Amino acid sequence: MEVVQSHRKSSSNNVIVSTLPLYRSAPPLEVRLEDFELFAMDRLRVLKGISDGLSRGKKPEEMEKLIADLWKAHMRHPQANEEANKDIISHFVLRLVYCRTEELRKWFLSMETTLFRYRFRFESSEAQRALMSEFKLPYKAVSNAEFESVKDKLGQVARSMGQTLVATDAIFYKVPFEEVPELVAGRRVFIHKGHAYVAMNQVVSLVVTQFRSYLSKALILTNRKWTSTVREQEKDRMTPIVEALCTSYLGPDYSQPSEVGEISLKDIDQISKTSFPLCMRHLFEKVREDHHLKHGGRMQLGLFLKGVGLKLDDALAFWKAEFAPKVSAERFDKEYAYNIRHSYGREGKRTDYTPYSCQKIISSTPGVGDHHGCPYRHFSEENLRVALVRMGVSSRAVEDVMDKVRNRLYQNSPRLWMNLALLCQFQESNDVVNKQGVQEHNVAEFQGQAVAVSAVFQWGNLNF
Amino acid sequence: MTKEEAESGRDDMVIDGDEKANAVPEGFDANYLRIYYGKLFPHADMFKWMSYGNDGKHPACDRSYIGRREFSFTLENDIYIRFQSFNSVTELENSIKEKCPFKIDIGPVYSVDPAKRHAYAQGGGDNVFTPVERELVFDIDITDYDDVRYCCTGADVCLECWPLMTIAIKVIDTALRDDFGFNHILWVYSGRRGVHCWVCDGKARRLTNEQRAAIADYFRVYKGNENSHKKISLPGPVLHPFLARSYTEVLKGFFEAKMLPNQNLLSCQERYEKILEMIPDASVASELRGRWQENKRASMSKDDINLVRWEQLKSVLQSGKQKTQGLRRCVEEVVFSFTYPRLDMEVSKHMNHLLKAPFCVHPKTGRVCVPIDPNNCDEFDPTTVPTLSQLVKELNRGGLRQDAENEWDGTSLGESVKFFRTSFLQPLLKSCKEEIESSYNAKLQQSKNTLNW
Repeated sequence: MEVVQSHRKSSSNNVIVSTLPLYRSAPPLEVRLEDFELFAMDRLRVLKGISDGLSRGKKPEEMEKLIADLWKAHMRHPQANEEANKDIISHFVLRLVYCRTEELRKWFLSMETTLFRYRFRFESSEAQRALMSEFKLPYKAVSNAEFESVKDKLGQVARSMGQTLVATDAIFYKVPFEEVPELVAGRRVFIHKGHAYVAMNQVVSLVVTQFRSYLSKALILTNRKWTSTVREQEKDRMTPIVEALCTSYLGPDYSQPSEVGEISLKDIDQISKTSFPLCMRHLFEKVREDHHLKHGGRMQLGLFLKGVGLKLDDALAFWKAEFAPKVSAERFDKEYAYNIRHSYGREGKRTDYTPYSCQKIISSTPGVGDHHGCPYRHFSEENLRVALVRMGVSSRAVEDVMDKVRNRLYQNSPRLWMNLALLCQFQESNDVVNKQGVQEHNVAEFQGQAVAVSAVFQWGNLNF
Repeated sequence: MTKEEAESGRDDMVIDGDEKANAVPEGFDANYLRIYYGKLFPHADMFKWMSYGNDGKHPACDRSYIGRREFSFTLENDIYIRFQSFNSVTELENSIKEKCPFKIDIGPVYSVDPAKRHAYAQGGGDNVFTPVERELVFDIDITDYDDVRYCCTGADVCLECWPLMTIAIKVIDTALRDDFGFNHILWVYSGRRGVHCWVCDGKARRLTNEQRAAIADYFRVYKGNENSHKKISLPGPVLHPFLARSYTEVLKGFFEAKMLPNQNLLSCQERYEKILEMIPDASVASELRGRWQENKRASMSKDDINLVRWEQLKSVLQSGKQKTQGLRRCVEEVVFSFTYPRLDMEVSKHMNHLLKAPFCVHPKTGRVCVPIDPNNCDEFDPTTVPTLSQLVKELNRGGLRQDAENEWDGTSLGESVKFFRTSFLQPLLKSCKEEIESSYNAKLQQSKNTLNW
């Protein structure tokens, strides 16, 4: 079992982090069946807490404290080596629980990687270096001579990020740029002839990428092993526990679209005004106005309409009619109909595509001529304000929204925004935002259509 | 995927009345195209390129390699066939000559021959049909610059706005070589209004989607459309070395010497408002506005009014009086927003994106998609690129030739093919051979070592 022992370090939060395992191999330990379940549940509380923090848009410093608190609350054990065991065992149990579907794997990967990232940051720099060598990263420390030759550029990069380069104790590593895609994408490193010069404090990124990639592959292998052998072998012991863990923590399963009602073409106009979230409403208005939408917009709106119950034939009729002033019927059939049918799973590899989650929409990159994306993220302040006012949001609520947007809280429960929009239609005078800042409303209170729309969105957010 | 390419708003915004883009140019038809594919299209060179040295001459050659590359053909009447693959140059050549495709797209190299894909699973598992290699590609289209060029719109291109493509080539090419260390880069005219870039180093071909996205993001500065106002944001007290170099070596000079005067960016209110809008400080903007409104008619000097006003703007924004960082940076932001390359991110991010092959003929213009020399891209003139009908005429004039092999030599296409061979193909193949040999030798050495006890 690979466990890296680093010396005990006391951070200002009184968190003592003594070991940081890499979870390379399943521990050859004897595990009591009760511990199997209890350890996993404790770790799940930590991961859920992280998920919650991320979706509330907490800043890195806040996440640091949150994770330290969560770990302290759930994963501690009076004996240090028992704590290490719990850490490792709980991770591997949860791998079994979360390996079954793509969606689950993605969530687990994301939370474990975040957890690892912050725990790594808590470690001392010697411990970090030791961990780096565990990962066998293809890095080389930059020699003094080379450092001198690139010092200026390194300083420039640091200053471009609002930092300073402290020449005396600056340690840099030279890695092939492909190893640090995050840093390259954000232009946070100097790159020369294919090598990226990574600062010590950026090493976290290197290590986390490796961790993530390893875990991603491991999860797929785990799934294979589980379905092919383990599940059957363990059907009297582990399997019932693992399956119980799945259902008790996953919340409602919205992957069955048949629960959602249907929408007909004649209702669409009305519904778009009462129940569509702002992004879809914008797209809808644009397609009515321009009689065209670029690919990104067609996908975002099209899949949404599918999700709220627009049947394929109605969808084809809708887009054809909207595009009619610009696209002849023959051309429509030739160039657009195929893709619509493809989205509904009637062509090609017949995947029944699901609507985009808010996360995906927020992180999309609308370019010239595009209207997709999330208005709370992609619109200028002015345009967003105009759009909200046109929806009938009261001026006080508009200011409140603008304030939150400015603080990048659009990631905080996108349901809030949709609820905001819906609420503003019905109860303008209500105090939408309570003192804590967020009030979750039960959308089922409103018309049936609103329920359909919100169900799609809730499912889109991984809220387990 | 060509279907997606076609839908991304490039070719489908044609409305009645836009005759120039709609009309079939003189002589583009299937017969001329047939002659082109018969005598001019460089089948063998394209095949050699796509083989990347796996021509079977060395024991370490991967003979399945070329057969795993996807090609797709768009035939007359918009019939579209995907997942075409070829195991020999004869197969490729015959298929093209027989089908006479209006457009040829090149896709990735898959794990197995695309023709056999149905036997394999997709997503997860060992036996999958999935892309394993693909060049790193870029697509720059001048219609993405419509909000900053006043000479043309839509599909039109002229010598006033084409330089925007030239500087895009310079900025990206330099970064690909100096920053990323790539060497085998092919720039191609897209036939109408843009350029494509093919990065063919082995390292580039083996990049994952995530790594491609990272490179695309490294190049990304312009983030906007009509819904956002500020499309360029350059935070931080200084620019990243890549942006700084692009600014000082290419963008600044081009903007001040060419774009400002040629596009009359500051000459009238409608135009200078766009630039004033980018200044975050309203009082500074109105100070300049006031000055320019007064001096509407007065010509203070013989100098171009755009240059004069730009100097005024710079001195106000960069003067010592300005305390906020944002204001000083504003000058660069203006230059970047007008001139910095605007890439189509989606093209670069995915291995399975299909891209038009070089040396195709553009069906709407009749022009051949010829390579562009990045070291001489200032000289490239899209209005003089050889057209299909021109080439056929040249062939006819040339009469019978002894050497049926290199018919292109006597035509305007000759230069392009020669350039393709000497500047791109030959160095690339040499490097591929070396790679194949050295990895073979390394494996030999390794097995020798394990045998030694």
